Amino acid sequence: MSSYLIKGARVLGGDPADLLLRDGRIAAIGESLSATGAEVLDATGLIALPGLVDLHTHLREPGREDAETVETGSRAAALGGFTAVHAMANTDPVADTAGVVEQVWRLGQEAGLVDVVPVGAVTVGLRGERLAELGAMADSAARVRVFSDDGICVSDPALMRRALEYVKAFDGVVAQHAEEPRLTVGAQMHEGDRSAKLGLTGWPAAAEEAIIARDVLLAQHVGARLHVCHVSTAGSVEILRWAKARGVDVTAEVTPHHLLLTDACAEGYDPVFKVNPPLRTDGDVTALRHGLADGTIDAVATDHAPHAVEDKECEWAQARPGMLGLEQALAIVQDTMVETGLLDWAGVADRMSVRPAAIARLAGHGRPLAPGEPANLVLLDPAARSVVDPAALASRSRNSPYAGRELPGRVVATFLRGVPTVLDGKAQR
Amino acid sequence: MKRHLLEAGDLDRVDATLVLDTAAQIEAALTGREVKKLPTLRGRTVVNLFYEDSTRTRISFELAAKRLSADVINFSAKGSSVSKGESLKDTALTLEAMGSDAIVIRHGASGAPHQLASWVRGSVVNAGDGTHEHPTQALLDAYTIRRRLGRLEGVRVAIVGDVLHSRVARSNVVLLHTLGAEVTLIAPPTLLPVGIGSWPAEVSYDLDAVLPKVDVVMMLRVQAERMTASFFPSAREYSRRYGLDARRMAVLGDEAIVMHPGPMNRGMEIAADVADSVRSTIVEQVGNGVSVRMAVLYLLLGGAPS
Repeated sequence: MSSYLIKGARVLGGDPADLLLRDGRIAAIGESLSATGAEVLDATGLIALPGLVDLHTHLREPGREDAETVETGSRAAALGGFTAVHAMANTDPVADTAGVVEQVWRLGQEAGLVDVVPVGAVTVGLRGERLAELGAMADSAARVRVFSDDGICVSDPALMRRALEYVKAFDGVVAQHAEEPRLTVGAQMHEGDRSAKLGLTGWPAAAEEAIIARDVLLAQHVGARLHVCHVSTAGSVEILRWAKARGVDVTAEVTPHHLLLTDACAEGYDPVFKVNPPLRTDGDVTALRHGLADGTIDAVATDHAPHAVEDKECEWAQARPGMLGLEQALAIVQDTMVETGLLDWAGVADRMSVRPAAIARLAGHGRPLAPGEPANLVLLDPAARSVVDPAALASRSRNSPYAGRELPGRVVATFLRGVPTVLDGKAQR
Repeated sequence: MKRHLLEAGDLDRVDATLVLDTAAQIEAALTGREVKKLPTLRGRTVVNLFYEDSTRTRISFELAAKRLSADVINFSAKGSSVSKGESLKDTALTLEAMGSDAIVIRHGASGAPHQLASWVRGSVVNAGDGTHEHPTQALLDAYTIRRRLGRLEGVRVAIVGDVLHSRVARSNVVLLHTLGAEVTLIAPPTLLPVGIGSWPAEVSYDLDAVLPKVDVVMMLRVQAERMTASFFPSAREYSRRYGLDARRMAVLGDEAIVMHPGPMNRGMEIAADVADSVRSTIVEQVGNGVSVRMAVLYLLLGGAPS
């Protein structure tokens, strides 16, 4: 295995240092390191962060390989600086058995670009009727620890309670898609001034907040861990803050798009901006940014949701919800959190690597950049700026809401256990 | 004028007045003529692309285009483009390849005309999209009010009924405001959208309190199936609280008129004797619709051939 000597990288945005990667681990960090036989990488001006961990990715395989595959999604992830992604369960067939999660896990191993960690469905077929074999998925080769019916809320409170309790046996966590379904029948966008004007059925903030409020109470009652997917409203941030203050074992994620975009994007009826939960208001965006900054929201998760052209180039009401996120996630966080002074690079590492790995109980990721640790890291150039071109993305789909937008930062290199998956901004396989 | 008419907000006061004045000129030009036809759009092709059943609006647009001597193609596709198997975009590009100069679209999905406008080079006219807008209905309503009352500035208009699901209400609120009228929306709170506070209109839940103060009452169609979704308890209670019957009509001012975009639910939102009364402009609205749509097509297409 070749070794790499990274010269002059600013670890977590600190002073320049050299990092020697050898045998899949960080062998040394210091000034003026030298190593014979090591490939030398000039990292002057680059920032080194631990490899990013995404708690929420849709890789679409099996079932919609025309929209994304484990391989193409893995490549997009590596180019975005990720070394591990959690593949959501709403595939076809649904990842609700040990067989399906092992298949996804193996496909990830074969692609070899990031660690693909399957998420198991909470209920059989995502139907919200009875529990899937959560223990079998936990015990499988895929070692599932995160369970989610994402895309659909586990809305039955009794079933949710049982799921929260049951996964305690293997230190699992239920990641809830918080959406009271009776309040969002036919919903198309955030319910407010703009939905009233556009004549699109509204998705009220209360539909998310009501489920989060219920679930934090349930989690406290049964002493279980709860993770909340894609928090999108100011009210949700308040409820989470309250729950954490009460000692509830709850964690939460926010997507890059909810940190940047608002329901104003719906005004041209371009379905690329249709997403669930929907884009909210300026006030929500501000609250989410501050919630992420103060730690009320633990993690940034992409909810990367590739869709085929025909599922987006149609009437808004018929379009599938979701948008790409893996390749621009770090840029959006730099734009919305770092350049606004809300988070430093150590904070970015915490919210995009350390905490998501901890929530998922994922060994080997989200570790400090220190000698002896696995060499999972990303090098980024914070001074670069570029305009997003959907045609140039590695994802098989093109539904990027950032098309034509200039964003800061560029992922220069990503290392997975000492092996470069990305060098000079290009995927290595 | 903009190239498309997608929503009432596409028209500023000058443009909206131009449409109404043009409609009046067209009407005057055709009055008393044996052949009710103008040669203005000869050689131009107008496509009526209707994804929803609407005899009234489709015929109105068809007549308007024919009276301007345009070639008219009617394309009806029930249900969504998706269920039909061809996407809206593919259909639009096909029609354009056949040489359409304007597409008049009625669609069940809000925003479909906006998307269409981004795909084709010709003009797009929104003939009603989902629960969003129906701008030519608002134009014909404004035309009718101006004809009856002689003005729009300062006219007080009550719009009563299912505002939440009404594209007619959305277009009328915007257009009437543009033209200087004062709009009050009246409905049970369940049938008013969250976010209505940002509209340029007053809101009331009390029809009886508003009626004596208005010059125009515009009743909206209320679909009985709304009560199954608990928007209101029963048709009878709705009609008692928000229906326009003879008793309520009696409190209106002498000049006040009663409007309805049709189709009516007689006995639900409007009593039969009200619909057929002298105050009612309901039949007149239909006739004015043709003149106003002629004006719209003329102004959008009347320039040099593309």
